[in-house]
Amino acid sequence: MTDQAQLLPGTLDLLILRAVSLGPLHGYGVLLRIGQISGNALLIEQGALYPGLFRLVRQGLLKASWGTSENNRRAKFYELTAAGRKRLREETDSWNRLATAIASALSQQSEEA
Amino acid sequence: MKLLDSLRFRIAALFRRSQMNAEVEEELRSHIQHRADDLERSGLDRAQAERRARIEFGGQAKFKEECHEAFGSNFIGTFVRDVRYSLRVLRKSPGFAIAAVLTLALAIGANAVVFGVLNALILRPLNVPQAESLYAVGRGSDRSMSQPYQSYPDYIDLRDRNRSFDGLAVYNISQAGLDTGEHPTPVWLNEVSGNYFDVLGIQPYLGRLIHSSDEHGPNSAPYIVLTYAYWHSHFQDDRGAVGRTVQINKHPFTIIGVTPAGFHGTLLFFSPDFFVPIVDQEQVDGWNGLDARGTRWVFQTIGHLRAGVTPAQAVADLNSIGSYLEKTYPKDDSKVDFSVARPSLAGDFLGGAIRAFVTGLMLLAGLILLAACANLGSLFAARAADRSREVALRLALGSSRVRILRQLFTEAVLISLAGGAIGLWGSVVLLRWLAVWQPFPEFPMNIPVSPDANVYGVALLLALASGFLFGAVPVRQVLRTDPYQIVKSGSTGKVGRRMTVRDVLIAVQIAICAVLVTSSMVAVRGLVRSLHSNLGIEPRDAMLVETDLRMAHYSADEEPAMQRRMIDAMKTIPGVTSVGLVDSPPLHMGWSLSPVYTDTTTDLRRANAAAPVIVFGISPDYFCAASTTLLSGRTFTWHDDKDAPRVAVINQEFARKIFGSVTNAMGRYYKIEDGTRIQVVGIVEDGKYTANLAEDPQPAMFLPILQSPSSETWLVVRSNGDPQQLVAAIRTKLRDLDTGLPSFIQTWNEEMNGALFAPRMATASLGILGGMGAMLSITGIFGMAAYSITKRQKELGIRMALGAQRKEVLQAALGRPFKLLAYGSTAGLLLGILASRVLASIVYQATPRDPLVLGGVVLAMMLLGLVAVWIPAQRALSIDPAKLLREE
Repeated sequence: MTDQAQLLPGTLDLLILRAVSLGPLHGYGVLLRIGQISGNALLIEQGALYPGLFRLVRQGLLKASWGTSENNRRAKFYELTAAGRKRLREETDSWNRLATAIASALSQQSEEA
Repeated sequence: MKLLDSLRFRIAALFRRSQMNAEVEEELRSHIQHRADDLERSGLDRAQAERRARIEFGGQAKFKEECHEAFGSNFIGTFVRDVRYSLRVLRKSPGFAIAAVLTLALAIGANAVVFGVLNALILRPLNVPQAESLYAVGRGSDRSMSQPYQSYPDYIDLRDRNRSFDGLAVYNISQAGLDTGEHPTPVWLNEVSGNYFDVLGIQPYLGRLIHSSDEHGPNSAPYIVLTYAYWHSHFQDDRGAVGRTVQINKHPFTIIGVTPAGFHGTLLFFSPDFFVPIVDQEQVDGWNGLDARGTRWVFQTIGHLRAGVTPAQAVADLNSIGSYLEKTYPKDDSKVDFSVARPSLAGDFLGGAIRAFVTGLMLLAGLILLAACANLGSLFAARAADRSREVALRLALGSSRVRILRQLFTEAVLISLAGGAIGLWGSVVLLRWLAVWQPFPEFPMNIPVSPDANVYGVALLLALASGFLFGAVPVRQVLRTDPYQIVKSGSTGKVGRRMTVRDVLIAVQIAICAVLVTSSMVAVRGLVRSLHSNLGIEPRDAMLVETDLRMAHYSADEEPAMQRRMIDAMKTIPGVTSVGLVDSPPLHMGWSLSPVYTDTTTDLRRANAAAPVIVFGISPDYFCAASTTLLSGRTFTWHDDKDAPRVAVINQEFARKIFGSVTNAMGRYYKIEDGTRIQVVGIVEDGKYTANLAEDPQPAMFLPILQSPSSETWLVVRSNGDPQQLVAAIRTKLRDLDTGLPSFIQTWNEEMNGALFAPRMATASLGILGGMGAMLSITGIFGMAAYSITKRQKELGIRMALGAQRKEVLQAALGRPFKLLAYGSTAGLLLGILASRVLASIVYQATPRDPLVLGGVVLAMMLLGLVAVWIPAQRALSIDPAKLLREE
């Protein structure tokens, strides 16, 4: 557990969008999927996921519907809307730009020092 | 749009909250079940797995709340909770809540009433199609001097020669005797040009209206159109009324139609009973004015401006017609500058003064509201200070400052809305009453001030605005609260020595109140003075009998004899000391002006007139009956008749203006409009003549009724008997003379209500506002004094324990409120004196530089201060130091 990274503020939404972009998921599924695609490197508080999901639904980026899970239980499934897909693209681009910029900034600093 | 959507979403979310709660719960449960499934698969038994899953998940309630927050349903939820909490808090201090609500109710009520009047008289367009392009033509470009009256031939020229109006119509206000089969009653009517209804675009409710095609010369169109109101009240909605023949001044007229319900002509405060074509003016008025170019008697000329024509272009167009008239008819038309204005308040004729007064009143009402807000603001600040411990505790427990402010604002807005609702209710009652109020018994007033959506909207807006205004006062206090300091040291804190926001607010409020008190005192003094100023008549103990012989169809030859018989009959009533006759009494609405010329003037064109003079036709005993002092010379006798040389009695101002001095005037001659030479045989004191007590001295001439006959007959009956019996006796005598003569009997004082109406209204409204201002300053000072004593109880107790005298305690406790009172009052008094200059134009002899007013204001403010601090002072003195110190 100790080698898991704390989530940067604001990145949870991006991760949720990314997780759901691969196919409709219920809440617990989103959690598992994030763990899977991040190689279990990120720590996400289970309960904190839900306010994020609700926020994205309200912004119209996700849509939710009740269905039956693989465990044969009732669960609410989330999938991306068109707006959500567009937002995911934009956020991914801007994240990549930011990450590149920061990475290059940090590497330059270490050379000088 | 976005805002609306979001609001709708939130409201929907609120209603779905319980459903959503269940959904969120189920979703979280489903999550835990799935987790438990996984844990079970890894080898735990079901019960253990579920327990573990729940623990891993953490506090469900917190996440549920966060879900609601994220979904946006919390905004209204929080609001509802704030409202509940505020209600609880307010219930705990009912005295504060009631005082605050009542203060606001009064302030917002006053504003709503004044705005209702402003809305009705100035803002709301006339109830005719396209009222925005409807203008009235006035003579004279100077706003205060602009007169609506035109002569009929001039109107015809204006109508036919202008290129700016889509038709020009005229109407005149007149009175006649209407006989519908029973006995004749005096009624008010509009004489209208044939195109009147077509120019205004009015469609009939029943039958048809008058059209230009009805006009075929004098007395050619014996038709009348009833207003809906008169048809409703006098013909009981009988559709058969159309087609009936009635008698106006004993001439037969046919009712041809009824106007729609909302139409009362184009004057806001006058509602005629019916309309007759102006070509029948001779039958209605008893004299023919249709050909008299020099006689300006037609009340108002109105029309819609053509599309694209500006008022300034219309004025230029009218002025070019004016110069044509001046050139073509030099005898009757002098140079004139026309003006155009809204017709609803008789153009600038009355409109200017009314607009200025109502706007001034609105400003004062706004000041009242501001004072109330200052008052409540300081109360709120005091409360916030008292609650600083609570606030600090909440902050320490993790509440956000925004959340606390939101709650404080909720409290303020709740109070302001409650106050607004009560104030609006009161104002609606008052406005409804005003709308049906008839201040003059013989004149049909129509003040359409019934509240409409605008009034409700403004009241709501004012309530919300004032809520936020006084709610905002403690904001800084809350934002600066340091929870650790306060929780540590307790709320007693330090005793502030410097001026706080609260002190400034109180001083401002007192200043505003002093302005109001000053202006109302100035107005009241002005009214009292104008009542005691020399009117040139003595209305007390005099009865006025108003009648018009043409209503009973007397011919011009029969009139003088009948008038003489009436005077003689009145004289036989026991208790009557003198009886006079006048064609229109002074200070009545309908005075007449006529140009006079010096004896040497030969070219009698208007421009050469020495002065316009107010004319009265009187009987020999009039001066005696009216108690007008004859300064020199003689009054008339019944021998000053048609065969005798023309004579006149003039007033001092006339003598000064035409002859240079009073002594110079006796026996001298002057000329009137038709060139007749008139000799001055007597001089009387100056008086007030037009229906405006604020008038400057006006030249007036009195002519013997036999030389200047009139069918209009006002008998002045002076007696020392009981007025009730006198009225009955007068009625009997009149009936003995002629049963068919309509008449109106009232005391002269009652009749003068008309002249006193404006100053009385001004005084009453200012008095009410002044009273409210006084009340507000009492509550303000009281609140502040009471609060400061509560705060400083401990300090005062210690002082008393150490041997302070009563005087010193009082000084310590109340020195500050009194200082504020002094500052505020002084500022208010100075401002009030400045503001009162405006008042002087409405209230006769209103001058703020009156020692009585100044002294009165100072005394009033001091009394108010004493009353306000009386209870707090008692409380300060009754502090028992032993008890107080033990308690701490």
